[in-house]
Amino acid sequence: MSASTTSAEVLLRASDVTKHYPLRADGLSRHRKVLRAVDGVSLEVRGGETLGIVGESGCGKSTLGRCLVRLTELTGGQVEFDGRDISTLSTRRLRPVRPGMQLVFQDPQASLNPRRRAGDIVAEPLLVHRYGDGAAVRRRVAELFDVVGLAAAHLDRYPHEFSGGQRQRIGIARALATNPKLIVADEPVSALDVSIQAQVLNLFADLQEEFALTYVFIAHDLGVVRHVSDRIAVMYLGEIVELGETEALYKEPAHPYTQALLSAVPDIDDGTVTDEVARERIVLSGEVPNPVDKPTGCPFRTRCPYAQERCAVERPRLTVTASGRHTACHFPLVD
Amino acid sequence: MPDQPLLDVRDLRVSFRTRRGSVTVVDDLSFSVSPGEILGVVGESGSGKSVSMLAVLRLLTSPNVTVEGEVRFRGRDLLTLPDKEMRAVRGREIAMVFQDPMTALTPVYTVGWQIAEQIRAHEKVSRKAAHARAVGLLSDVGIPDAASRANAYPHEFSGGMRQRAVIAMALSCGPALLIADEPTTALDVTVQAQILDLMRELNAQGSAVVLITHDMGVISQIADRVLVMYGGRAAEEGPRRAVFHGPRHPYTWGLLDSVPRVGGSRLRRLPTIAGMPVAPGSLPEGCAFAPRCRLRHERCEERPVLSIGSAGADVGSGADAHRDACWLPDDDRASLRLTSRSAATDVPDLEREATP
Repeated sequence: MSASTTSAEVLLRASDVTKHYPLRADGLSRHRKVLRAVDGVSLEVRGGETLGIVGESGCGKSTLGRCLVRLTELTGGQVEFDGRDISTLSTRRLRPVRPGMQLVFQDPQASLNPRRRAGDIVAEPLLVHRYGDGAAVRRRVAELFDVVGLAAAHLDRYPHEFSGGQRQRIGIARALATNPKLIVADEPVSALDVSIQAQVLNLFADLQEEFALTYVFIAHDLGVVRHVSDRIAVMYLGEIVELGETEALYKEPAHPYTQALLSAVPDIDDGTVTDEVARERIVLSGEVPNPVDKPTGCPFRTRCPYAQERCAVERPRLTVTASGRHTACHFPLVD
Repeated sequence: MPDQPLLDVRDLRVSFRTRRGSVTVVDDLSFSVSPGEILGVVGESGSGKSVSMLAVLRLLTSPNVTVEGEVRFRGRDLLTLPDKEMRAVRGREIAMVFQDPMTALTPVYTVGWQIAEQIRAHEKVSRKAAHARAVGLLSDVGIPDAASRANAYPHEFSGGMRQRAVIAMALSCGPALLIADEPTTALDVTVQAQILDLMRELNAQGSAVVLITHDMGVISQIADRVLVMYGGRAAEEGPRRAVFHGPRHPYTWGLLDSVPRVGGSRLRRLPTIAGMPVAPGSLPEGCAFAPRCRLRHERCEERPVLSIGSAGADVGSGADAHRDACWLPDDDRASLRLTSRSAATDVPDLEREATP
C-alpha cells in the first residue's frame, strides 16, 4: 500500500528464530523426537508496512507470529522490537514493552471471553496497563468502538450477541486499545463470509492509515495476503523459502514452492483476466511432510518438480539473487 | 439439452419449527441437474445451500422440520419414496461428501473396512471381494500404497487423504449423482487442487456433481452451471460463463467484487456488500437481498421471481438459460454494476453493520 519503504526504519527484527517442541519419547527408543515448528527464520518488518506471512497449515506461520511478540518462548535466535532485544527480557521487564505490540486472533469466538461484556473486553488491556481512572477508560473504550465501526449502544452486550464480523471488530478494538505500533494478525478474516471479510480488510487498511500501524498479517489465503501486504514471506516446514515485494513475488515467483502455491489457487475467470496472468497449473504430488521428520537439505525437495541431487544434501539459505529477490533455493526460477 | 434432467427440484421449501415460530430456511427453490454436469452452488453462510441438499437426500429427520415441494430423481419423487427405497437411493445412486471427512468416518474401524461395508450394504458381494474393491477405489483416488493404507484407521490419515477416502467411499457404488458440500474448504490450496482434479475425473466418468461452496474461484474453475443462493432463495442461475462474465444479480456482483484476487490490479479498498448475511427467520417480504442492495427501489418490496431477462432471452431456454431474481432493468445491468461497485468502494464510514 505504501510505496517504497526501503528508507523506513526497522521496527521488528527476527534473527535466526527457532521454536522446537520436544515430543514424548515413544518408550522403545530413548531418542526424543523434536518438532521443528519454526526453524531458523530471519526477517525484518519496517515501520508502517504490512508484512504478509503465507503458507499451508503446519508450516509454522502462527508459531512464528507468537514468537515475534514473545507470546511463546523462543528455542533459539533473537527478536528485536523497536531497537530492544525482547527475546531475553524478564516477564517484568517485558510488561512495559507489551502495549506496543498486540495480536488479533483468527477465531473471535474463542478469543473473546463469553462471560464478559464487549466494553469490558476492550477495557481490559487499558486496566492492565494502568491507562487512567474509570472515566478515562470509559471514554477511551467508546472512542475505540467508534474507530472500529461498532455502535456505542453495544458496549454492554456479550460476544454471542454479535455477528462474526462484529466480534472480529471487538478483537481489533482490544488490540488497538494500548496504541500499539505493531499488530500481528493471525488469520483475522478466514472465519468470515466473503462480504464481511472485505469489510474487515478495509477496516485494517483504514486503521493502518489513520494510526500509522505496522502489520504482520498471517494468512493462508493468497488473495487476501496479496491485497494487504507490501512484502510477503512464504513459509514451508518452518522456514522462509521466499521473501519479497508483493507484486514481484506474485508476478514472477522465484521459489518453486511459491510458484506451485500460486498456481494452485482457483482464480475467478470473469472474462477480464488476460492470458498474461493465466498461469500454468502445477499440481504438487503428495502432501507436506511431517515437521518431526523434515527432509534433509531443502525441505521442499520431496515435492519439488525441479529437485536435483544437491537439494538433498545441502540446505539452501535465504539469499539474494542477482535481480534482488530473496529466496532459499539452489535453483531459483528468477535470476 | 435434449435429455431429461437427472435431478429436478421444484418449489423446495424447508422450514424449522422453533420456539419463536416457524422459520423458513429454503424458500421456493427450484433447480435441476443434467446427467454428467457439474452444478456449482454458491452462497454465504445461512443461504440455505447445505440444508437444501440435505432435504433432497431426506437427511433432515428432525420432527421439527417440514420439507415441501418435489424432488424428482430419475423420474421418482424422492420426498414420497418409502424409507426402504430411499435407503437404496442414498449411497448407491446419490452419494454425499461433507466438509469435514472425520464426521463421515468412524474412528474405530479401518478405512478399508468402512468402504467395504458401504459396498456390502448395497450389493451382494463377499467380504473379500468388497475389500479388494475398497483397495482398488483407494488407489483410484490417489492414495499411495492402497493395499496397506486400507488397513489404517482414519486418524492415521492426513486431512487430504481422509477426504480422498470419503470420496472413494462415495464412488464405491458408481453413483449417478455426487453431492459434495464444501469438500475442499478444510484443505490447503495445493491439496484442494488435487481434490478438484479428482472431482473432474469422476465427472468425466459420467457422474453428475453438485458442488456446494462459498468460494467463487472453485466454482469458476470446475462448474458447468452455477446457482447463486441468498436467504434460502435462488438469486441467479445460469451457465458458468454467462454468470461469471455477465453476472446479473447485485448479490453476485458483490460476491465477485469483494474477493481479493491473486491476479489483476490491486485495490486499496475492496468493494463490499453492506450489512451482513440475512438471518433465516428475518427474511423481508420482498427481495431477500434488498436490505443490503445499493440499487434497491420501490419495486423491491415485491418478491422477484427467477426469470430469464429480456437480454438473456436469446441465450436459450431450459438448462442453458441465464435467470435472475431482480427487478432492475434488464438492458443495462453492466453499467449498473459499475455504478454499484464504485459506490461500494468509496464508503467513507466503516459500513456499520446492523445488529441482529
